[in-house]
Amino acid sequence: MKSLECKCGHINPVGTQLCESCGRPLTEEAINKPLADMRYEGSARRSQTYNKTIIDKVWNFFSSVKVGMWIIVAILVAAAIGTILPQVFYVPANNATEAAAYYERIYGTFGKIYNDLGLSDLYSSWWFQGLIGMLGISLIIASLDRVIPLYKSLKKQKVKRHSSFLQRQRLYTKAENVTEDVLTPAEKKLKELKYNVRREDGALLAEKGRFSRWGPYVNHLGLIIFLGGVMLRAIPGVYVDEQLWIREGETLAVPGASGYFIQNNGFEFDVYDKESSDEVFSDAIDRVGTIASNYQTNLTLFEGANQEVVGDPGELEEIKSGPTIVNKPFKFDSYNIYQIDFRLDELKAMTFNLENKESGEQFGEFTIDLIEPEPEYDLGDGYKVELVDYYADFTGFENGEPQSKSPIPNNPAFLVRMYTPDKPEPETSFVLIRETIEPFGENDYKLKFQAAETRDISGLTVRKDLTLPILMIGGLIFMIGVAQGSYWNHRRIWIQQTATGDVSIAGHTNKNWNSVKKDLYYVTKDTKVPRPKDQQDPEDDLDFEEGDETS
Amino acid sequence: MTLIEWSSSALFVAFVAYLVATIFFGGAVKSSTHEKTATNKRWGMYGFTVTIIGFIANLTYFITRWIAAGHAPVSNLFEFTAAFGMMIVGAFILIYSMYRIAALGLFALPIAVIIIAYASMFPTDVSPLIPALQSYWLTIHVITAALGEAILAISAVAGLIWLLKNIDMTKKSKQRFWIEAVMYVLILVVGFIVSTTIFSVAYEPVEYSYVDVEGAEQTIEYTKPALFGMNESTVITEGAMQPLIEMPALVNAKKLTTVVWSILIGSVLYILLRLILRKRLAEVVQPFTKKTNSQLLDEIGYRSVLIGFPVFSLGALIFAMIWAHEAWGRFWGWDPKEVWALITFLFYAVYLHLRLTKGWQGEKSAWLALIGFIIIMFNLIAVNLIIAGLHSYA
Ligand code: HEM
Repeated sequence: MKSLECKCGHINPVGTQLCESCGRPLTEEAINKPLADMRYEGSARRSQTYNKTIIDKVWNFFSSVKVGMWIIVAILVAAAIGTILPQVFYVPANNATEAAAYYERIYGTFGKIYNDLGLSDLYSSWWFQGLIGMLGISLIIASLDRVIPLYKSLKKQKVKRHSSFLQRQRLYTKAENVTEDVLTPAEKKLKELKYNVRREDGALLAEKGRFSRWGPYVNHLGLIIFLGGVMLRAIPGVYVDEQLWIREGETLAVPGASGYFIQNNGFEFDVYDKESSDEVFSDAIDRVGTIASNYQTNLTLFEGANQEVVGDPGELEEIKSGPTIVNKPFKFDSYNIYQIDFRLDELKAMTFNLENKESGEQFGEFTIDLIEPEPEYDLGDGYKVELVDYYADFTGFENGEPQSKSPIPNNPAFLVRMYTPDKPEPETSFVLIRETIEPFGENDYKLKFQAAETRDISGLTVRKDLTLPILMIGGLIFMIGVAQGSYWNHRRIWIQQTATGDVSIAGHTNKNWNSVKKDLYYVTKDTKVPRPKDQQDPEDDLDFEEGDETS
Repeated sequence: MTLIEWSSSALFVAFVAYLVATIFFGGAVKSSTHEKTATNKRWGMYGFTVTIIGFIANLTYFITRWIAAGHAPVSNLFEFTAAFGMMIVGAFILIYSMYRIAALGLFALPIAVIIIAYASMFPTDVSPLIPALQSYWLTIHVITAALGEAILAISAVAGLIWLLKNIDMTKKSKQRFWIEAVMYVLILVVGFIVSTTIFSVAYEPVEYSYVDVEGAEQTIEYTKPALFGMNESTVITEGAMQPLIEMPALVNAKKLTTVVWSILIGSVLYILLRLILRKRLAEVVQPFTKKTNSQLLDEIGYRSVLIGFPVFSLGALIFAMIWAHEAWGRFWGWDPKEVWALITFLFYAVYLHLRLTKGWQGEKSAWLALIGFIIIMFNLIAVNLIIAGLHSYA
């Protein structure tokens, strides 16, 4: 491994562009440039130096900003494509087949292609996740590649630099035969401007805001922590995300939180009405009609002594009661229960009376619980109704067989046998809402509908996310980093005066050139040295006056 | 007068003040021989003072409406867009106080004016909050995000001025074409405002019934003459005309009608302007940009992104995640509005990197800033109107 020796005698690591000590350009490329590339102080970076082994190649690939930006652009474009049609988790479908049918029905051929290509579940696709992973790797490698050399060279900056270094700064000026001392008054002014000033024979280095140079690395670190936190959710137990539909009065085990049970004490749904709402809202209420004001489910949480026993309230110990309201979840342990959805007025129970069709005489009322119907309802005196079959969500007959689409009592239908003392054989009847079918001929008796009971169902989400603190820390570090790198900047001013009266002044900043120009104007305005020129601005014509520009 | 009426008047005062300030800034640019001459300073000071007065009126609108409604006025499309217009002026004040470039006022204020006028085309009544919006995190999130977007928008204004100044209008080029396209789009927005205003005065709304995607019968009210009809639409209002062209169920023909009317009227305006001025619009405004320093404009563009990016990240991503976590139990749900906020964030990250490490300054940077603004406007307007999501206001 050879190293680079500068004319000044300093030994630099291979790959260095500008001598670490005096700032002379070392490579052919650096010598030929009119201005010095100050981005990483011309220090040697691994990615610019080695390119032999596979590891070097991978390292160089991921540390390239060009590659990094292509990764970001790819993520950006993919993310945009994912918003063309709603993603699969926003469409009303329970499985892949239903989803496919939905996309084709609503969006036609385009929808079908979109779904077939997997774009309807783009964000969880392997390739999208892969891009995010590559972004993470790129962030880590690119940061490591730069931060270490940058740290080293900023730390051991020499005050005195070779004149070619000053000349190659974007802001530069030179004056000859200046007899009075320039450095001392400049030092005073620079200190007024809150610069850190260091002096060494005939040379001055003023520096301000160096810590802002770490901004990008701090914010990248925040992003890496954030992405890491997101990945941790793959570990079992760290992240729970379950849906549950719970009817009023029901007690169910909390999915994802074993040992806990939750009871729905009632769902509330309120709308704004004109009388009780503030008058300013009356126009809006008139225009829109109903505007919802509140959705909430009142819950009681129990803990089960025996985790195996499901739905046995006797064994449960009450922990707490309270509502879950949109924007105000019900919290316990590390879990939150959110009010997400609801269905109003699901049928709960239906009450019938056994009636003689001709006389209208009634023989007893009974109520069928639509979730757990009894097999038999004994009405006394030899009257009895047997529930032969129950179709909760009746859709019609197929080959003479009644069909039920789901166990949810959207359209209950019952096949019953009615036992009466006057008939040796029971009569069979198929009871539907507002209709009765008598499959074996005309009956004498029927079930007369009396009343129906309904209840609301709440759609709740149960969440636990132990990664949140990590995400918060990542977000916080990111914010600190961006603020640090964006709201402060690193300014440096070099002034050198030789015994013969040659004065050269150079200025550099990583951003906000106008502000350093202003500082230089202030430092040079009462001296014989002209304000440094911007060697990159052909229109350099700004004139600064007191109070013109704040930094 | 009720508080709400006071509030509306304050907004009107602000609107007028911004117009007057624009004229002063025009004077500042016109009367100077150089970016910083005495005349420029005087006119610039008038312009800036009037802007501040307008901004105070604008804040008065915002605060009184907040008090009257009991919640921050950022809860529907009108309120949100008007707030965004106000924040653009706020961001302009911030950047102007740093750099004092009169041309910035000449371009930023009209854009704010157009945005506020655009906002006023939507229903302006105060509505109560639906459950999902009842959260102070939402208020914090929306206000911070809009402020960040407004500061980022200033970089587009600086970019626009840079391009107007530096593109050679005498020779045919891609640049000349696209900068004129930008001017044309601005006129189309004016076309939307003009057409909405004309029809709200001169056209009686007509009701149609139609069949939606799910096959259900619906009714819809058109406030502009129906160029396009909804799927299988029939007129309900007596004596009204049948739509000219019927669209399939997937297309919202009412919105399409609005868009087409805006394009028609905007294009007529554009052609008239071209005929009267006998020049490209970009060429007409170019002289107002000539006295600015390109490097400084470039820096203003970069500086606005630097100031706006952290604010935007905080508001549109971090606060948004906290709110989403409170409301839905997930901090991120790939909802279109969220995704477009992420796209905006990634886009400006790319802008910063290309600038810093690939030296994309000057022209490239200016175009990127314009594209960034398009992305922001897309998220504010198009995502709400076209792609329905959890966030859609209207
Ligand atoms: C979403 C992802 C990213 C964000 C939000 C981000 C953010 C930032 C910000 C705000 C800066 C400071 C820019 C300025 O001050 O003008 C920066 C600098 C930088 N970023 Fe990133 N970055 C991201 C991804 C990446 C990736 C993938 C790479 C690598 C390939 C990368 C490499 C760099 C480098 C080399 C710098 C300059 C560092 C310096 O000047 O010392 N960044 N980044």
